Order: sequence, then C-alpha cells, then structure tokens
Amino acid sequence: MDRGQLIQTMKEILGPQGVIHEREELRTYECDGLMNYRVIPDLVVLPESAEQVQQIVKTCYVEGIPFVARGSGTGLSGGALPVEAGILIVLTRMRRILEVDIPNGRVVVEPGVINVWVTQEVADEGYYYAPDPASQIVSSIGGNLAENSGGVHCLKYGFTTNHVMGAEVVLPDGSVVHLGGGKAPDAPGYELLGAFVGSEGTLGIATKITLRILRKPESVRTLLAAFKDTEEAGGAVSGIIGAGIVPAAIEMMDRLTTEAVETQISPGFPDAGAILIVELDGPEAEVENQFEHVIKVCEENDASEIRIAEDDEERALFWKGRKAAFGAMGSISNDYYVQDGVVPRTELGAVLKKIADLSEEYGLRVANVFHAGDGNLHPLVLYDNDAPGEAEKAEDLAGDIVFTCLEHGGSLTGEHGIGRDKMKYMPRMFTADDMNVMQLLRCAFDPHQICNPGKIFPTPRLCGERPGPFHMHPVQKAGLAENF
Amino acid sequence: MQTHAKNVPTEELQSIVGGERVRDASEEDAVDGVTPSVVVEPGTVEETSEVMKLASREGLAVSPRGGGTKMGLGNPPREADLILSTARMDEVIEHAPGDQIVRVQAGIKLEDLQERLAGADQMLGIDPPEGAAGATVGGIVAANSSGPRRLRYGTVRDLIIGIRVVLADGTVAKAGGKVVKNVAGYDLSKLFTGSLGTLGVIAEANFRLHPVRETARTVVVEVDDYKTVADAAQDLTHSSFTQFVLDALEMRWDGNKGVVAALFEGIEPAVEAQTTAASQILGSHGEVRVLDGDDGEAFWEDLGRRPWAAGDVGLKVSAPPADLTAVLDSVLGAAGRREVEVRVSGHAGTGVTFAGLSGGEDGLVEVVEEVREIRVRRGGSVLVQEAPLSIKSRLDAWGTGGDYLGLTRRVKEKFDPGYTMNPGRFLGGI
Repeated sequence: MDRGQLIQTMKEILGPQGVIHEREELRTYECDGLMNYRVIPDLVVLPESAEQVQQIVKTCYVEGIPFVARGSGTGLSGGALPVEAGILIVLTRMRRILEVDIPNGRVVVEPGVINVWVTQEVADEGYYYAPDPASQIVSSIGGNLAENSGGVHCLKYGFTTNHVMGAEVVLPDGSVVHLGGGKAPDAPGYELLGAFVGSEGTLGIATKITLRILRKPESVRTLLAAFKDTEEAGGAVSGIIGAGIVPAAIEMMDRLTTEAVETQISPGFPDAGAILIVELDGPEAEVENQFEHVIKVCEENDASEIRIAEDDEERALFWKGRKAAFGAMGSISNDYYVQDGVVPRTELGAVLKKIADLSEEYGLRVANVFHAGDGNLHPLVLYDNDAPGEAEKAEDLAGDIVFTCLEHGGSLTGEHGIGRDKMKYMPRMFTADDMNVMQLLRCAFDPHQICNPGKIFPTPRLCGERPGPFHMHPVQKAGLAENF
Repeated sequence: MQTHAKNVPTEELQSIVGGERVRDASEEDAVDGVTPSVVVEPGTVEETSEVMKLASREGLAVSPRGGGTKMGLGNPPREADLILSTARMDEVIEHAPGDQIVRVQAGIKLEDLQERLAGADQMLGIDPPEGAAGATVGGIVAANSSGPRRLRYGTVRDLIIGIRVVLADGTVAKAGGKVVKNVAGYDLSKLFTGSLGTLGVIAEANFRLHPVRETARTVVVEVDDYKTVADAAQDLTHSSFTQFVLDALEMRWDGNKGVVAALFEGIEPAVEAQTTAASQILGSHGEVRVLDGDDGEAFWEDLGRRPWAAGDVGLKVSAPPADLTAVLDSVLGAAGRREVEVRVSGHAGTGVTFAGLSGGEDGLVEVVEEVREIRVRRGGSVLVQEAPLSIKSRLDAWGTGGDYLGLTRRVKEKFDPGYTMNPGRFLGGI
C-alpha cells in the first residue's frame, strides 16, 4: 500500500476531516511536551470512536505500518513522539464522558477526556478524581493512563494505576479486549490491566477507561513553611512522615524555584532557602489533630515562617505557585530541561547536595522542585540554547542527576516515563535479562512491534528470539551457512 | 491427572541445593490430588534458577509452594513432578522505616514480617485470613490474596513496588525497585500478582508500608433481613466515610441473621468521632454495638474467616459493590431452590462476596453454574476457591474468562512456553 492508497483508506474509515496529510499541517504534531525530539509523522488520523481506532489499527497490522497514539501531547519524555513512515493516532476527538455511576464510585470515559473534567463532572455529587498531574487542565486520561501519571496528591492516594479499574483496549493486531474488572473487583486471570497502565503506549490503545472516583474529604488544611535551606526543610519532611502522618501532599521548592515563580505570578511566597507546602485531608478530627503536629514539627526544624491557608482561595494560591514552577523557569532562563528522578526519601539530603555540586561543576543553574513525600525530584536544568554547546552540557548534567538517583537506590523516572528520552539510560537500572523479560510482555501484546516502536527499550527484541546468549544454529555450526 | 512418573534426577538436584534439601514427596505434598515426586528447597535465587533450568531440561512440571495454604486454589494440575518450596528463602532483605518500604524474600511468612515491621510501628497493608495459617508473602502475591483492609490500602497490586522472579528457563529478572513512585519499565510486579505460579517463581518482592494506627474501633449492626445488609453498607459508603477513612466494611449473613461491620483505625479523637457518626448511620438499620481492644480483634478474626469448611464449596463472587443485594438474591435464591445450605460473608465496601455452600453434589454444581451465569452477565466473576475434587472435575475454578483469554495465553506462552509452571491450574487451562 503506497502513501496515496493509505490516505484513501484512512479517509474511507474516518472521512476527509479525520485525516491530516499535508506536510505543513503534519508539522504541528512533530513532538510532544519534550521538544528536543522531533519527527514528522507520515500521516495523522483523528478517530472519533473505538470502532474507527480498531479499523485504523487493523490496517496498520495488515500493512505492517507502525503507529503511535497520542492524547493532548503534554508528555515530557517523548513517549508520543511520532515514528517516521508511521501513523500518529490522535485521540483528542474521543472526549465523551460515557457514564457516571455514583453508587459504585465509577466514571467511564473516552481517552481524550481531559483529566480535570472528571472531577468537574462529579464535583456536585461530592466526589473527585484523585490523580492530579500538574498538567491536569490539558492532559488527557488516555495519556495519563499510558504514563501512569502521578501528581501532588499521590503520596496518600496513589497513582493513575491505582485509580484505573478497567479499560477497553485495541490491541496492536486490531482485536479488542476488556482488561480489569471495571466496576467489579479482581477480574480472573493475569493482572493485565496493571501491566498495561504505564506501558507508555507500547501495548495498545485504550478506547474506554473506567476510573474510580473518591468522596471529597471532609476537611482540608494546607500550610506553607519557609526554611533556611532544603536540608532543614528535609528534616521537617522526615519528622512529619516519622510521626506516622500520611499527608495528602508534601511539596518542596528551593530558592531558585520560588524566585522564578515570584517573578512570574507573584503568589507572595516568603523569601527563603526552601519552601514546603504541606496538605492534610480527611475527617476533621484527624486533620485538626495532625495539623497541629505538622506545625510543631516545622517549628522544631526552625521554620522561619509558617502560613496557614485560611480559605480555599489562599490554598489555591499556594498550589498555583507550586504548579506554575516549571513554566516560571522561562522568566529566569531562556531554556530549561525538566528532569524527573526518584530517590528513597531518606536519601533526599545527600542527593540534593550532590545536585548542587554537579550544578557548580557544570556551571549551570539547577532549580529544585519536588514531591518530597515520595522522593520524586524534578530538578530543572537552566541553560541557553543559543550558547554553543550548552544544550548538550545541560543534557549531560540532567543525565548525571538521574545517575545520582540510581546510585542512591532510586529510579530513572517517577512519573514522566522513559519514552524516547531515557531509553539510553535503561541499562543503568536494568540488566539485559530484566529488559528481555519485560519485552516478553511486549511480544505477547505486539508481536510485530508496530505499536509505538522505539520507546522504553534501547534494544528492541525480535519476538521470535529466545532471550539469553546467542546460540549458533546447527546448520551454521556445520559451516553450511553464515549468519548475516 | 498424572499418567506416568517421570525420571527426576534427584542426585543432580541434591548437588544444586544440598542433599538434605531434596526429599521424596508424600501424600501431604499433593497438589489438588496430584502427588508430585520430589520436594526441593532452594536457599537462594541462584539455586532456584539452577533447579528451574534442570526442570525445564527434563520436562518436569513445577509447582512453587510457600506456606502451602492455597495448594487447592484453582483447577487440579495436569501434572506436578516437583514442589519448589520457598520455605528457606525467608529473610527480610531490607527494611527502611524512614522510606516506608520493605524488601523480602518470597518465603517469609506474612505473620513474621508483620511482627518485624511492628517493631518500627509499621505494617504491610495486606491481611488475608490465611496469614494466620502461615501463608508466605510469595504465596499471597501469587494468589493475590486480600482481606478486610483492602478497602483502605488496596490489594497486593497497589502495594507491591518491585519484584524478582525466576522464569521456567532459569532466567532471573527484576522489575520496579524500592521506591514508592517509579514508572521505569513495565510493571511486572503487577503482572505476577495473582499469576498463581504459572509465569515463574516469585523470589523476592518489595512493598510500600504504612504506619500502624494507634487505636481501632469497630461498629457492628445486627440485621435480620439480608436486604438491609446492602442498604447499611451503601449508606456508609456514601457518607463522608470514604475509601480513605473507613478501614474495612464487611458483612456476614448466616441464613436468618447477619451483621454489617465498620472498622475505624487512626488517632483517638478521629476514631471516636467516626465511631459516633457511623453508629448513627448504622443505628437506623438495627441494634448497634461498638467494639474495641481484644473484643474488636476477636470479632475481626472470626469475621475474616471464609464461610466454608473442608468438603464445602467456597465461592468468591466479584460484583459492583452497589449490586450487593442482587448478589445475595442470586446466591441465596439459587441455593434455596436446591436445598443447598449457604453462609455468606464479604468485603461489602469493595464488592467481594464469599459464599460457603454445602449439600448434594448435583445441587452444588447447579448453584455455581446459575450464580456464575448471572454474575458474569452483569459484569463480574465467580471463582470456585474451595471444592472437593469430584466437584472440581465438573466445574472450572475460574469460569471461562473474558475476551482477554487469548492475550492471557500469549502472555503465558512467552514467559513459560513449555508449560513447566503449574500446568493446568490457572484460567483457560493455563
């Protein structure tokens, strides 16, 4: 099938409005939220239904055409980077909320539905959808599912994977399966839904997603505390967790971050070496009691100032400042690279010190903003793309930062994914056997490797191969054939 | 059923794990009626890998075993030659209280682990009834066992953060890590959760932990109509007692009377306030009791037990939680029409109902088939978790599975192409 025939076939499936094939229009889709990598796809298609997705994928399967699914394109690891000579399946037209089931605490949505819409839909009933990535006003549920998105409240409430209860999935061969129990718990068989969520779009396309919604907590208390430096703020974090308190959120920002945020949106943050935002939620009696304890711990760790949000408006201002952190870097640096690494919480102090050393060594500024409760760091490496060699230097520094995380028992990524960006680092965290075994799963779902190829694994494995050392074929051993 | 004994190279096994770690199997080692030849106890991951290589080479069927509390789960195996016991691999590899994580070898008993963790005022939020009978962490992961507190903490899949496995061909691989938040690579920890030893041997597992709560109180309401059970449960679920306030919401129905029980754990003033509020809500459905201390613990130990005994048929019915009355209708109705005795208990807050059935064999089989037909049609499942072999030969323990059965088989065939691991015990004859 040549390109012309493919365009024709796609138009038959989707109508002329659902197919983009002019080069200038395709350029819009050349990257996701990580703009260092750009590939112009051969074709962009915009299905409006699961049936259309299925027909598109079937065509790809029969013709051997690689495809990449994409939601809002806010991902930060290049997970939705198109492949050359491949189709980009954009799911933004599938944005219906299909069902709200309050008695069972479930909402069923299409993948293009924006994260925050789910909460908006059920707020009047007193419910909300817990995972809240900073991108939640633009990122889609399908994308959240692919990346297993976190957010500031996942310390207490878990990640996307803990809130996706079922998914209708178009597999890479065009067949449709229903994974997870949906409204009923514990579907028999392997936990395929758990393996699918967070697989970065490499195992299929979710076309219908069943989410769990929670009752809004009775009470929410939020405070902002200022400290001399990140070490003292880190001491407060350990004190809070050590007291057996599981806060809804604990976020930390260093001086460079708060300065940038201040320049950008002026939330009136105190002038301090580190700022902590702590939020507790739950039944009123519990929250009040533990909130007092949190204040005490902050005081014991020499907080120079503690501000307590008096109302929803003030709380929203604290969070606005935190969620604006990435974007605000634009006000103090021409360019910046968002890193995402994880360390055991107790290693935070040592790792932050190492990051400061690295920053000095490279001569590049690093702003730190992170989910302190679960050790998920987001160092922002500031650089100037116009200065020769600086972009490469920034990438090397960002790399050294995640290697530091690994040395301290952490992970390459807490929520942004491996995608295209961190493929090359995977062998630092996993052995060849680890990755081979992971790819057995890939082969079961996608034997032809057409679904978002070239992501996660640095060395794709042919699905017919057995893992392990190379064995010479008997024919070859006998000198009757050569291995080409 | 096993038709002929295979040659098990005992001496070679002994050279891997040591002479005293290999012994002939007895009737007590039978896996659902199939008696294996040999029990082998490797002490390390490396030894486990060597044992698996040998088993694959010789075409021996392997059944991994932890505490042996669930050897009757699933269908009887087509074959079982080797029991691979994880009993010697029972260490805590790392417990980092400040990070609230633990790494353990699979053979550690849940009770022993909880005791270790309690020293740091922490716990693993998994509380299946077989924990008290000596179940190991590896077995609990493999069977995806859960208990009342799943309402608050979720199930194994929600708490496991890393895993190390040994595949049938001896390959050793890990996934995840020891940090709570981690999206690097595929989440094989979840894939192996509930795989009943059919994808490989679970050698190590890492978990997220939670703080032990300082006080606990239970509100119990007695009801005399099973429809009230569901009403009371729904009232609590949709009060301000959400999944993250209520620690457990359980029910039991004994034929003419029942209870609904809510567990609150936390700090004293909060638990006190919640108990008062819950008593009011449940009070409209019947007489309310509040239990704490030893009374509360004894109550939960009793309520947590599955409502069946050896020789009965035990079902696990999964359904949307708001369908509880319909679930009870179908179970009690089907049993009543066939003079089958029935006792029911379950996790009312999450939609898991256990039914213990006793009666004539034909009646039992008919009850299971009828309930299964209804519940599957309404988007749930019915597993046979306990049954005599004569009944297992007439019923599949898992049912037929959904449209994902083909995919399930492809996963199995990638991980264990020779069907070495627990052949026949899992869904779809896997």
